[in-house]
Amino acid sequence: MASARAAAPPVVTAAGRPRRRTAPTWAWALPPVAVLGLVFLYPLGLVVQESLAPGAYADVLASASFRDALVTTVWLAVGATVGCLVLGFVLALIVAFVPFPGAKAVSRFIDVFLSFPSFLITLALLFVYGTVGMANGLWTGATGAAEGPFRFLTTPWGVLLAEITYFTPFVMRPLLAAFSQLDTAQLEVASSLGARPARIVRKVILPEALPALAAGGSLVLVMCLNEFGIVLFTGAKGVTTLPMLVYSKAILESDYAAACVVAVVNVVISVGLYAVYRVVSRRAGA
Amino acid sequence: MTSGIRFDGVSVAYGDTTVLDALTLTVEPGEVMALLGPSGSGKTTALRTVAGFVQPSAGRVYIGGRDVTDLPPYKRGIGMVVQQYALFPHLRVDENVAFGLKARKHPKAEIPARVAEALEMTGMGAYARRHPRELSGGQQQRVAIARALAIRPDVLLLDEPLSALDAQLRSGMLAELARLHRELPDVSVLYVTHDQVEALTLADRIAVMDRARLQDCGTPQELYRRPRTEFTASFVGNANLLPVRVGADGVDFAGAALKVPVGDASPGAAATLCVRPHLVGLGEGPNALRGRIAEVQWRGATHRLYVDVDGHRVKADVRELRDTPPLGSEVTLHFAPEDAVLLGSGVGDGTAPGVNDG
Repeated sequence: MASARAAAPPVVTAAGRPRRRTAPTWAWALPPVAVLGLVFLYPLGLVVQESLAPGAYADVLASASFRDALVTTVWLAVGATVGCLVLGFVLALIVAFVPFPGAKAVSRFIDVFLSFPSFLITLALLFVYGTVGMANGLWTGATGAAEGPFRFLTTPWGVLLAEITYFTPFVMRPLLAAFSQLDTAQLEVASSLGARPARIVRKVILPEALPALAAGGSLVLVMCLNEFGIVLFTGAKGVTTLPMLVYSKAILESDYAAACVVAVVNVVISVGLYAVYRVVSRRAGA
Repeated sequence: MTSGIRFDGVSVAYGDTTVLDALTLTVEPGEVMALLGPSGSGKTTALRTVAGFVQPSAGRVYIGGRDVTDLPPYKRGIGMVVQQYALFPHLRVDENVAFGLKARKHPKAEIPARVAEALEMTGMGAYARRHPRELSGGQQQRVAIARALAIRPDVLLLDEPLSALDAQLRSGMLAELARLHRELPDVSVLYVTHDQVEALTLADRIAVMDRARLQDCGTPQELYRRPRTEFTASFVGNANLLPVRVGADGVDFAGAALKVPVGDASPGAAATLCVRPHLVGLGEGPNALRGRIAEVQWRGATHRLYVDVDGHRVKADVRELRDTPPLGSEVTLHFAPEDAVLLGSGVGDGTAPGVNDG
């Protein structure tokens, strides 16, 4: 919207009122507002309106399934975010600062990885760790047992693994950009002053990477809160998150009011977290 | 305590490219050694082998008599200052200076005093609580020097420390560095620069580097007054390099017999005569050279004359002329015999990079 406004041609507002051939500036805002309203605001309004059905909030908020889903969603998202930050930071450090052959190729691959659909990762994990996957196949082949030992994929841990695998590159991308801005002379001076690699990472690299970590982390947190595909593919049986709950209420139970309540809660959490991030990042002077 | 740096046949190669070729050089304890050379001469690579950022493909590096070739940088105990300051932007000035002391597990109680001392030494005591981004370039470089000195290193590595500063600031910092070294007479300094003025001003000795090799090494006076190679003659100061043939009692240049000390050069051999432009006079005198003015540059206090003598261009820096000679006019130049240095042919290997107008 803002860009559409900025692109509007300057309108002459001289006293003499020249030919009013050019459209007024606000008119340029109409198309984006119309599109936005049609595809986003109106449906959102409908959802909110539906959720306001009598007793819907009380019923849903009191139900055990909602509270379970809320807890599961939040801890999965927070856990996946922490995992992505740690793994992404370590991997980005290696890619950026350890000169190994193919580091550039890895960096490129991360760009491509970002465009993969999330279910692809989940499918890959199914092939490897699923009940009839390669890992279990190797085990049953080697021991003759009827079933393999790997059955975590349908538990919350499976979802966590898949989300960390899929979202880590979203943390690495901004980190790699931040690392490429870092003056290597700083690292060299630090080591000549007697700092070992671990201290250099803690005292020089980490402080300068904080804005990038915050950006990547908050992005991943919001995306994990709203993740649907990964949960559907892996933990469908035992793991219910808010988006899954919306799906089951709306599609399986045709309880639209309840589905809308859950959806509104989900939206509020996401937008709230985003707002917190904006405030924090502005205060950090990013 | 003995400090000092010794390069013992140090070579550095990347694939087929040799960037440092068998450097053997000793920096005495307390000495300021300038590594002077054009870019790509290997001088920065030599410094980086001392710091430990580059692993030599051959040879050993010693600091204070200890072989440090296989030690990681953080175990070498050196102070380092680089061109772009490389201060830690998220740390205050005092925290920057304390970085090395903390990294080396210095007793906590002594750190503030050491930081204050280092900042005082560089005149930055009043800026301890500032962040680097609040300081000018010159101030940032002072902080970087304080940070390097705070750990009281035996060896200080300066990698083009003044190149990012403007000319006026640079001459001020030169005096400052000279004073610092007088206050810390035991610290050996390796000073990498491409600027001959910095090298002549600061260094006890200058090592001239070109094309990955050490070309020449000596005191600034030796290198300036008695250069041994054409490259040294043209890179340290300014020089006329005239192709001559050695005679019995002088040399033969463009058909004219010049009286210069020939030392033990064998008569008949081809050689190069080096004469500094500011030692060439205008008018009749000993060793007169006749030619036509090709170009005149006014430089305020002096005039630089370019004179074509039988197809060879001779530069002369003379005191400002009231009447500038017109282009093409015939003039006579001269120089005293003792002001000329005969360079053995082949020694310089034709390394003079054309006319050096520095």
